Amino acid sequence: MTSGFRERVRSWLAEHAPRGDEHVPEASESAPTEQQLAAAKRFQAALFDAGLAGLTWPVDYGGQGLTAAEQQIFDEEAAAYDLPTGVFLISMGMCGPTLVDLGTPEQKTRYLPPLLRGEEIWCQLFSEPGAGSDVASLQTRAVGDGAGDWIVTGQKVWTSGAQYADFGALLARTNPDEVKHRGLTMFVVDMRAPGVTVRPLRDMTGSAPFNEVYFDEVRIPADAVIGEVDAGWAAAVTMLGHERVSIGGSVRRRYDPMTFASLRDEARARGVAGDPVVRGELAQLYAAERKLALLNARLRQQSDAGLPPGARGSVAKLAGAQVLWQAVRVASLVAGPRVTAWDPGDPAGDALALAINATPASSIAGGTNQIQRGIIGDRVLGLPKEPQADRDVPFRELRVGTQAR
Amino acid sequence: MRLILDEEQSRLADSVRALLADHCPPQRVREVMADEGAGFDRLLWTRLAALGVTGLLVPEESGGAGAGHVERGVVLAELGAALAPVPYLASAVLATDTVAALGDDALAEDLLPGIAAGQQTAAVAVADSGGRWGSSADSVQAARDGGHWRLAGEAAFVVDGPSADRVLVYADHGWFVVDGGAVSWRPSRTLDPTRPMARAEFAGTSARQLPCDDPAGVLEAVWHRAAVALAAEQLGGMRRVLADTVEYAKVRVQFGRPIGSQQAVKHACADLYASCEQAEAVLWHAAWTADHDPAALPEAAALAQVVLGPAAFDTAASGLQLHGGIGYTWEHDAHLYYKRAKTSELLLGTPADHRARLADALSI
Repeated sequence: MTSGFRERVRSWLAEHAPRGDEHVPEASESAPTEQQLAAAKRFQAALFDAGLAGLTWPVDYGGQGLTAAEQQIFDEEAAAYDLPTGVFLISMGMCGPTLVDLGTPEQKTRYLPPLLRGEEIWCQLFSEPGAGSDVASLQTRAVGDGAGDWIVTGQKVWTSGAQYADFGALLARTNPDEVKHRGLTMFVVDMRAPGVTVRPLRDMTGSAPFNEVYFDEVRIPADAVIGEVDAGWAAAVTMLGHERVSIGGSVRRRYDPMTFASLRDEARARGVAGDPVVRGELAQLYAAERKLALLNARLRQQSDAGLPPGARGSVAKLAGAQVLWQAVRVASLVAGPRVTAWDPGDPAGDALALAINATPASSIAGGTNQIQRGIIGDRVLGLPKEPQADRDVPFRELRVGTQAR
Repeated sequence: MRLILDEEQSRLADSVRALLADHCPPQRVREVMADEGAGFDRLLWTRLAALGVTGLLVPEESGGAGAGHVERGVVLAELGAALAPVPYLASAVLATDTVAALGDDALAEDLLPGIAAGQQTAAVAVADSGGRWGSSADSVQAARDGGHWRLAGEAAFVVDGPSADRVLVYADHGWFVVDGGAVSWRPSRTLDPTRPMARAEFAGTSARQLPCDDPAGVLEAVWHRAAVALAAEQLGGMRRVLADTVEYAKVRVQFGRPIGSQQAVKHACADLYASCEQAEAVLWHAAWTADHDPAALPEAAALAQVVLGPAAFDTAASGLQLHGGIGYTWEHDAHLYYKRAKTSELLLGTPADHRARLADALSI
């Protein structure tokens, strides 16, 4: 049965996958143009109509009700293409699965089919200027208006795709008298509602894939709550679990100047591949990539054998960042001062500079290396927790972030 | 490719671990260590043979188990965790694999049943006083004497040499076997007190030549298998150090709380765990490759030593550091893992040698 499925995927992709120059950047790379976005939506709709979207999602909400095996086959076949589906990663990988888990039947019927068809794009509204690693200390408030609606005021940051998103999964504080984890609620928010302002946030690479999102007394209806009121932390944990899976399952871009293979080719092109130091460092980088790939393969085998990765996924996240940092060192060794200045229009120089400048994101985004080590220490190794200054203290009495309250 | 143990392999690990817990506690390791004449723990060697693990890669017709590199890795990981003072690496790995690579039936019949039964041990001499793998070809000369061969010169870094019944020697004219008792041994002072090494001096020592078209090819084949086996032993040491360190971090209290609640200590433990998990994936990949994809073994074996050698030493060093002052005492076992890991890191060549091997395998 799966071999027939593979054939179907292969022939469909051969006919419909865009070629060459139609690359649409992923949400974390840079913002797509309107044409790119429209092309991505057309592609996703075609994928949906061909019965190849939402492979593992319930049939009732537009999915195909298939297993991880079919998803794996699809991913393997799709790896040969540069599919323009990056703009849907947060919708499909995080927000959608969370709605499947926690949404009401009405929410699922309303939101999931257009999400799967690419007609509506979602973003995630968790992080705030004062709540990065400690997301649960967020300050955006949702206050009941007495008639059932909620009024939201606050600021979110690092929001991928907010420029073009139709809806957001918003985490806001509904009860500041509770301890910080207990007074949160997750909402569906219409990104075009009055009072929502999206501003691009320029990162250190110079591009602006992320945004700041401001909420100024934005009205949200009662039926927009995802899960239960004041149980937003559980909903956030559900979504972050999907995020970890979705990050772990994503593949690196096809051309990446920071891989062993690229740097080996670069070393050959520059005539330094025979240098014993360069050879040794390249071998060491290969070893780092390979041990991470083997770790991931082993985690998958353990998962198939009934031992899901859980918090051990943090090892892959941590190791992935370390490989990239190691690659930056090797790139400097291979390219030398040419990393620092190049002729305008030299794409290799641009690509290398971008990769070096983007590397800090690997050890910050999605939980810093320090947070990953804390997760491994607490939840994998069972080391005692640090004394928690914010435990048992109502949120309104806590000191949070870096700004005065 | 399979990177996790099956049920039978897990049971094998359990039974070896249980045997070592009963018969090779740290106290026993120290007794053998302190007794310079002991060489190794003969009773433990016999018990391991009775369990059927000294002849894992010995063919069934020679009294062995005919098992694979994963099974042998499972055993070596437990031996490495316990620092078991037995000549497993010398006899059940280096000598057994050399015999297999040479394909000499008479030698196989002479040696392998005895190793599988725990009644004999063997050692392999492949290095000169510089320690480079295969350099004994420059330091041991073989000469014909009528219908016999005689060896002259010396080999060094011979693991578990003086206690060996037979010694396989890589000399200028290929591979030879000599009686252990016919060799003049100079036991070396060693960084690792739990792994004896010696210098073998040959002065017209009677030897039998082991017919072989490609002695250097045999040497390579043995290196690849030894690299996988040693990596398993290294992983065992890493896992033990990690477990001991995490345990200590939970019970040791300073500044009014367990040190493991301090981020500086907790994050270092997390790094040890991350290193250990990746090392384990690399090891089982190499062992699986040795069993199922021999053409890919040169790369997988080099990768195993590039990763496991330095990782095992870093783990031992960091584990010792996290123990603080107690870790620096003779009484505590941390130094034994530290010394074993440094020795193993250099036993089959330096990390730079291993990186060069990996680069060769990758055609860089």
